[in-house]
Amino acid sequence: MKIVIVGDGKVGFTLSQQLAKEGHDIVIIDNNETVLNNSSNTLDVNCIKGNGANYKIQEKAGVQEADLMIAVTSRDELNIICCLIAKKLGAKHTIARVRNPEYSDEMSFIKDELGLSMAVNPEAAAAAEIARILQFPSAIKIDSFSRGKVELAEFKVMPNSPLGGMAIHTLYSKYKIRILICAVQRKGAVFIPNGDFRLQEGDKVTITASPKNMTDFFRQIGILMHKIKTVMIVGGGKIAYYLCNQICNLGMKVKVIEIDPEQCRQLTDVLPKAMVINADGSDQEVLNEEGIEGVDAFIALTNMDEENVIISMYAISRGVDKVITKINHLTFMEIMENAGIDCIISPKYITANHIIRYVRAMQNSWGSNVETMTKIVDNQVEALEFRVRESFRGLNVPLKDVELKRNVLVACINRKGQILIPSGQDRIQLGDSVIVVTTINGLRELNDIFRM
Amino acid sequence: MNYRMIINTIGRVLAVETVLLLLPFVTAILYQDSSVSAFLITILITAVASIGALLVKVRNRVIYAKEGFTIVAFAWILVSIFGAIPFYISGAIPSFIDSLFETISGFTTTGASILTEIETLPKGILFWRSFTHWIGGMGVLVFVMAIVPLAGDRSIHVMRAEVPGPTMEKLVPRIKGTAKLLYSIYILLTVVEVIFLVAGKMPVFDSLVHAFGTAGTGGFSIMNASIAAYGSPYLEYVIAIFMMLFGVNFTIFFLLLAREFKLVIKNEELFWYLSIILIATLAITFSIMPQYGGFGEAFRLSFFQVSSIITTTGYATADYCQWPMVTQMILLLLMIVGACAGSTGGGMKVSRLIILLKKVRRDIHKLIHPRMVGAIKMDGKTLQQETVDNVSLYFISYMLLLFVLSLIVSLDGFDFTTTFSSVVACMGNIGPGLGMVGPSGNFSGFSNLSKLTLSLAMLFGRLEIFPLLLAMSPSLYRKK
Repeated sequence: MKIVIVGDGKVGFTLSQQLAKEGHDIVIIDNNETVLNNSSNTLDVNCIKGNGANYKIQEKAGVQEADLMIAVTSRDELNIICCLIAKKLGAKHTIARVRNPEYSDEMSFIKDELGLSMAVNPEAAAAAEIARILQFPSAIKIDSFSRGKVELAEFKVMPNSPLGGMAIHTLYSKYKIRILICAVQRKGAVFIPNGDFRLQEGDKVTITASPKNMTDFFRQIGILMHKIKTVMIVGGGKIAYYLCNQICNLGMKVKVIEIDPEQCRQLTDVLPKAMVINADGSDQEVLNEEGIEGVDAFIALTNMDEENVIISMYAISRGVDKVITKINHLTFMEIMENAGIDCIISPKYITANHIIRYVRAMQNSWGSNVETMTKIVDNQVEALEFRVRESFRGLNVPLKDVELKRNVLVACINRKGQILIPSGQDRIQLGDSVIVVTTINGLRELNDIFRM
Repeated sequence: MNYRMIINTIGRVLAVETVLLLLPFVTAILYQDSSVSAFLITILITAVASIGALLVKVRNRVIYAKEGFTIVAFAWILVSIFGAIPFYISGAIPSFIDSLFETISGFTTTGASILTEIETLPKGILFWRSFTHWIGGMGVLVFVMAIVPLAGDRSIHVMRAEVPGPTMEKLVPRIKGTAKLLYSIYILLTVVEVIFLVAGKMPVFDSLVHAFGTAGTGGFSIMNASIAAYGSPYLEYVIAIFMMLFGVNFTIFFLLLAREFKLVIKNEELFWYLSIILIATLAITFSIMPQYGGFGEAFRLSFFQVSSIITTTGYATADYCQWPMVTQMILLLLMIVGACAGSTGGGMKVSRLIILLKKVRRDIHKLIHPRMVGAIKMDGKTLQQETVDNVSLYFISYMLLLFVLSLIVSLDGFDFTTTFSSVVACMGNIGPGLGMVGPSGNFSGFSNLSKLTLSLAMLFGRLEIFPLLLAMSPSLYRKK
């Protein structure tokens, strides 16, 4: 596909890098020559200097023939104008980053009336991800796929866990809970396990289940953390605003520490349920005074990566169970993991990821039977959604009698909007849509899952 | 330095050279001449070398500008060395240094020859000699990039090091696409020229060879008397016009194909390039009119020579050493000016000259109005100061090298005109110079040292100095 990206910041760069690698033709527009030089030196893309909302510049970049225009400059208004012009010029799809809450509350109007295909709000997306993690604190990571219909949780098999050395079919029969192990990460390699697969200490296991079953399962294997009731947030920016909005309604008690008095006043206006404290959150005394040791979860959301890392390390050392760190520059990751910071949120990365997923889905809806495609577990596993048609060879056959390829798993059946986690007795019926998890690239239709 | 990546990339380049060597090999078989075995041996040697290099496993595919420069410099040197083997083995050129000189002269599209008798050589050798022009014209590595992926996302460093001109713009987002597009235009123009030449009753083999020489702006002919041997004004005009076309920035052809006529008209380099040709042609026409029959003939000879020299091709239809001094001086200046950036021609490039003159004008204005803020514009766009600085740097380096290399060549004890113009002609990738190395002479009289120096000058000129200069500087290899 031909894709024009306006704005060569972190999101723009990550997008171009990923999309160029996936074989799309990318043109980047930006005003700043220095960042463009860097992009044209490290990526196989074309760069054009200029204002992306300028009709002539867009024409030069070939927007009129583009399949997609992505506007990710730092300014909402500019992004929207870029998309409007692109639409008029003939771009097939447009995506804008809109982050101001005053606009993003009216997102559906903006999308429908102005003809945007998608609007991304990095802060809201980050907040949503944090909220998901807070609801399942036992998991390292919560991922969703197939347009958010199915959730995936990743957890680690701890030393002395009952799961160590257990084969998966014994696990299913022992706990009798409808969960499904989708993928196991062991020393960097990813497996799609079958029933005989034995788990080991240190494996990172990704499961899917309904939220209730997931909680039950975590309780039974003894890694359930009690529900998070108190949350401390340092940094009262936009993420904090979106996040508080969501988690206050879930009944969590939230304490926000923000250094700027004016910001604090505004936050108390819009977040009556949260406790807002005007202090320097990077001060050890302040954190101690506000009771960092007693909170269930600690979230560092200041604008400084270094500050976030340091205060997160402090929180870990004080024994806080769940520490979430916002980091903009994703570098030195190994060092962070060694320091115990494993729950990292990067709004820009999340934004880029959302857009990339959209692009992949767009591409997949052309030319193959795949309805949606997302990459999960560090992009090593594909989750593909297929609609079941009459040509499917396994109609109404119990899944246990179906011989699948290695590293292929039917993870989910969507029957008229209801999500089923399949067991061996379930059958795939006409009109279902089926989500298949696999490490094999390039499955094109549902019949490809069979061994023959 | 990512040595493994460099070796692996050069391996790919040699693999492509192996394939390209099949063409003269087939030609030699068709004409059943004495060079068949020479090509077969060369193909085997090159294939073994390339497989050896390709066996080097690459752990890290990331390259930076310095690797780009090194790849280009060494690829050109190695391609030339392997390309020289057929000349040597077949006995067409008995000395290896001479063979190397001839091959480098071919690949760099210089067209300077050490051969005194050309017409009796085997056809396969003649084909290969001219074919090197065609490959070298658009760039060996650009050619490779159009076929196989070269250095991943960062191939731009390689392309930038090879494509001539102060700045390089990709025509389409992908490097591979850009390389393909450039070569498509190149092949198309070459084919059109062959058709025109054949229509003018030139034999097919001769048409091909001369089209290669024109397209690469090289200048090897298979006739001792160059184009004059055919005695056909039609052929002379066809070749003169095509030389002029191949001296144009290929972006212009792309813009024409994309119907962006406004941008073509606004292009300053094209305007000045054509203006210089027009003015020089008229000036020379009037100064040589007394020697020839009338305006028509004088204009034809003058246009051919101007077009041949400014595009740095080096074909000749007359011995301009017999012309008045002022015309020789004009031609020498044209040698230094050269063709447009992004074309197959050599020299300093018209666009660099425009930028330099604009800088001179601005800086003089600045002396009068010290607080003035002046921007240097090209095609309506403000140039980055970095680009302008690079052009000045290039100009200074070019001149310095010209004098240093002339100093070495002067050891041979020839007259000033010969010494200086031979270096200018080699560095500008023109071929014939003035005096002893004029259109009726050749380079066989020089010592081995001078031949190597001039070979180096040709590579410097084709690769625009810096890749080779950096590859020769020890600081690049020093480990920190």
